[in-house]
Amino acid sequence: MTTTLSRREALVAGFGGVMLPATLSAQPAQKPAELKIGVTTFLSGPASVFGVPSRKACEMLIDQLNAAGGIAGVPVRAFFVDEAPGTDHLVGEIRRLVQSEGVHVLFQSISSGSCLACTPLSRELSKLMLLWDCGTQRIFEENRYEYAFRTQGYGTSEVLAPLLYLLKHKPDFRTVAVLNQDYAWGRDSWELWKTAMDALKPGVRVVAEMFPRFGSTDFSTEITRLLALRPDVILSTSWGGELVTFVRQATERRLHERSIFVLPVAEASMQILGRSMPEGHIIGTRGDHWNNHPAPKDPAAFNAFVNAYRQRFNEYPIYPCHHMAQAVWALKAGLEKAVAAKNGAWPSDAELAAAFRGLTFPTPTSTITLREDGQGLEDQIVGLSSFNDRFPFAVPKDMMLYPGASVSAPVGQKSTDWLKTLQPSVVQTAGRSI
Amino acid sequence: MAEWFQDNGLLLGLALLDGLSSAGLIFLVAVGLNLVFGVLRIVNVAHGSLYAIGAYAAASIGIFLAGLGLPDWASIPTLVLSAALVGAILGPLIERFLLRRIYAQEEVVQLLVTFALFMILEDVQKLIWGVQPIHHDTAMKYLGTIDVPFGADFIPFTNYQLFVLPGFAVVTLAGLAWFLRRTLTGRVIVAVTTDREAATAMGIDAAKVFLLTFTFGAMLAALGGALSSPTAALVPGIGAQTIVLSFAVVATAGLGQIEGAALTSLMMGLGRSVAVYFEPELEVVVPYIIMVLVLLVRPQGLFGVIETRRV
Amino acid sequence: MRKIEPILAILVAAAMIVAAIAAPWLRFVLTIALAKGIAVMGILLLLRAGQVSFGHALYIAFGAYTVAFLAPRFGDAMILLPLAALGAGVLGLLIGLFVTRYRQIFFGMLNLAMAMVFYSLLEKLYAITKGSDGIRVEIMPIAGQALERVTYEWTIFGIALGLAFVLGFLLRLYLASPMGEALAGIKTRETRLEFMGVPARGVLLSAYVMSAVLGGIGGALIAMTSRHVTPLLSYWTSSGELVFIAILGGAGGVLGPFLGAAAYELVRVYAAASFADAWQMILGSVLLLVILFAPGGLWGMAARAIGGRGR
Repeated sequence: MTTTLSRREALVAGFGGVMLPATLSAQPAQKPAELKIGVTTFLSGPASVFGVPSRKACEMLIDQLNAAGGIAGVPVRAFFVDEAPGTDHLVGEIRRLVQSEGVHVLFQSISSGSCLACTPLSRELSKLMLLWDCGTQRIFEENRYEYAFRTQGYGTSEVLAPLLYLLKHKPDFRTVAVLNQDYAWGRDSWELWKTAMDALKPGVRVVAEMFPRFGSTDFSTEITRLLALRPDVILSTSWGGELVTFVRQATERRLHERSIFVLPVAEASMQILGRSMPEGHIIGTRGDHWNNHPAPKDPAAFNAFVNAYRQRFNEYPIYPCHHMAQAVWALKAGLEKAVAAKNGAWPSDAELAAAFRGLTFPTPTSTITLREDGQGLEDQIVGLSSFNDRFPFAVPKDMMLYPGASVSAPVGQKSTDWLKTLQPSVVQTAGRSI
Repeated sequence: MAEWFQDNGLLLGLALLDGLSSAGLIFLVAVGLNLVFGVLRIVNVAHGSLYAIGAYAAASIGIFLAGLGLPDWASIPTLVLSAALVGAILGPLIERFLLRRIYAQEEVVQLLVTFALFMILEDVQKLIWGVQPIHHDTAMKYLGTIDVPFGADFIPFTNYQLFVLPGFAVVTLAGLAWFLRRTLTGRVIVAVTTDREAATAMGIDAAKVFLLTFTFGAMLAALGGALSSPTAALVPGIGAQTIVLSFAVVATAGLGQIEGAALTSLMMGLGRSVAVYFEPELEVVVPYIIMVLVLLVRPQGLFGVIETRRV
Repeated sequence: MRKIEPILAILVAAAMIVAAIAAPWLRFVLTIALAKGIAVMGILLLLRAGQVSFGHALYIAFGAYTVAFLAPRFGDAMILLPLAALGAGVLGLLIGLFVTRYRQIFFGMLNLAMAMVFYSLLEKLYAITKGSDGIRVEIMPIAGQALERVTYEWTIFGIALGLAFVLGFLLRLYLASPMGEALAGIKTRETRLEFMGVPARGVLLSAYVMSAVLGGIGGALIAMTSRHVTPLLSYWTSSGELVFIAILGGAGGVLGPFLGAAAYELVRVYAAASFADAWQMILGSVLLLVILFAPGGLWGMAARAIGGRGR
């Protein structure tokens, strides 16, 4: 407690918050000595398989940015906070980041639960928030935020694209089973899939719905049941240790010979699975940033990012690294736009946030547009798992690219309502081979 | 009812096979916890960490030795040896430097010391093994699969899960029963479990028994982890998941009762796998339902002995 | 020492208010600390009887979810707080009727099982509870007054502080009453109580219900402060955290839980800020050091510093 009070920053921020009327904070902003970013991500627990690589990517990109003079001439500094202890802690940490550390922008959260709890703080604290990885569709469909934007796609696109691919690649399936983690993403993604499947191919029978405990380390019982049921398709939106365990146990018992797997979040586990991943199953990456992307928009930038990451950390980047990078690039684009709009003067928090609405920023593979409601439109690439000489792990072949806008619910519509209106003909028109 | 069995009898058979292997793993972890509790009267929350460290160590040692050209068959003894190593190093360390200082304290304080240890070890695991899933499945792959007939169809099971896991559990159970009943050290442990005061009054060196028991319990936890490592990807947090279930087993079994732990593990393993087939949403709560039901009928646990009420 | 406690309480409260004025983010942290302190008083009550509930996060989660569910219907903190307390009390009575038949580890583990079943339900009943996403709680009117955010946060802070004083005072009275003294009797020799004609189970049950009510109030305040509830509130580590706070603060006086909660939250915040990767290790080490070198907890340290007796 004494350290708090002796910290001048805390005092200044504290008295400022209490004693100054709210209007004062809208005064012309001073160009800061450094641009502070508060980043919430998982640094412990099972989801740290995403959180730690994303942190590495963030640190690497910030080093690169600062070596090139920072953003709009201001060096960047990141403060990392662990999401794992739960929302009551995280909500407090976000306040601390803003009110004590004085961060200018927040990169927020992997977990949908964290995002749902913390995004309303963007309004209360009037701080720009870039949702860098969480996938829940509820954020922008149930609320409107002036200060929050998602710099990547979301659950709806990430489930619909693999479904469209399946319907095109293997149109004659009759039965489906699902094995998802028992938490919000597992449940939500199944609801999205089921809704879309009932619209696009009515009459498919669901033979098993299994939601084993989050963090399970054994799926042998579930696999036995799937072996006995012989469904045509097995959907699993699981990730991390659970996906690795499931695939290994399933392939050992040749489940992959009886059913085709659809694994929308597979990419992050491919390096770990290595040759254990069976070929010919549908894999997704929550976006378009496959390491073997055949035609990235800016191949030099793409290779530079991948190679720099490999050189520094001795592994390939996985999709959370790309999502983190997207947030960094969006921040750069948005801040530069806001500074340009003020002829080089530093923007206020409100002006900075306004610059993100409708912003289109480049990524090495494509461009992402933050549309009217704050949702980013990220292209989705889905393919069949395969091996080649370039990578010691599975990468997709026969890839289809689905432009972000084509697999996202229109602004103002709820995903589940929109998915119900899909016509079976969409399967033939959506996406293109690359 | 008969009709239901006609439709689902085969499935039930499969569920039983699955239940056996998961019961085997549950037993290995829980019996160590139960043994430690019986003798030291400490509910060791860090038992879950020992499980996780056992698993991680077995995987890394396995990967390291495989790199040196170790033949595949040796991967199974390697699992056991790594577990023994982990238990032999960490067990005495924890008992000597931590638990020994708090034997005189209240139960809650002892519980919390192990809780603190658990928190510290969670981060230690992360520092040593990182956060990416680690797996080493040579043992499972080496033993291959066996096709179990299922009506006109067949279901491949891994030999490792069908035979090795339950096998280890049975061997451990028999070995423990023999050790506790037939050897002097074992009888001393039983004596301390039953009545610590009387045992020490008769000249038993409690400190030695505590050290021995805790080390042995740590080895069993590590063995549970090591044996799970060929089938599971190891990630941060596996210890936290394991320990709660083991608590339920210990309370249901009766304190210090190894046969109780075996029977409870069997009920919980089978209960969970049957739930996966017929009502998957119940799977998670099955162990707790079993625990509550058992304790309703037998408040001292399945094989527990009612403590004499002291005045 | 008992005479100094009220003065000390006022000093601590003053320090909290100053800190909350000085830094708005601390106001949030301290409100949570007060809420947890209130819940931990319930743990303290049971500790008096020598029983450790390793599942009291159940009542926190229940109080918090009561607020989250009923806020859209009866959106007023002055209605929701008593409702949460009442609901938790009723739940505590139902569960208490069962668990107070048991002592020691069985008591602890049954509470743990109840909390884990509740946790699973919150996750499983996705359609109602939104699973791990949790439910958002909007700013609600207090006593009919619609408040602006900062005023709202100050008011909740004030309510938490006021409740801490009132409930702490009541708890002191209770512990000094014959009922409270009987609790200590359960810890030393339960049989003697019964010889004196005191129904031990009734005494423990009433304490259990009170501790559930305290948990419900704490949970309601947490929901009103963090304004988002998730199942994690009832996970076993959260229960462990409550016991952790009780021992950190010291079980000697009713001020202990609040000292413990404030210290816990501040250590966690600073550990998370300085060592985002290893905050668990820091927390665990702090706990170990307190147990090994300051057995009476913070309250005991304060007592020694002032020169009185901790108990």
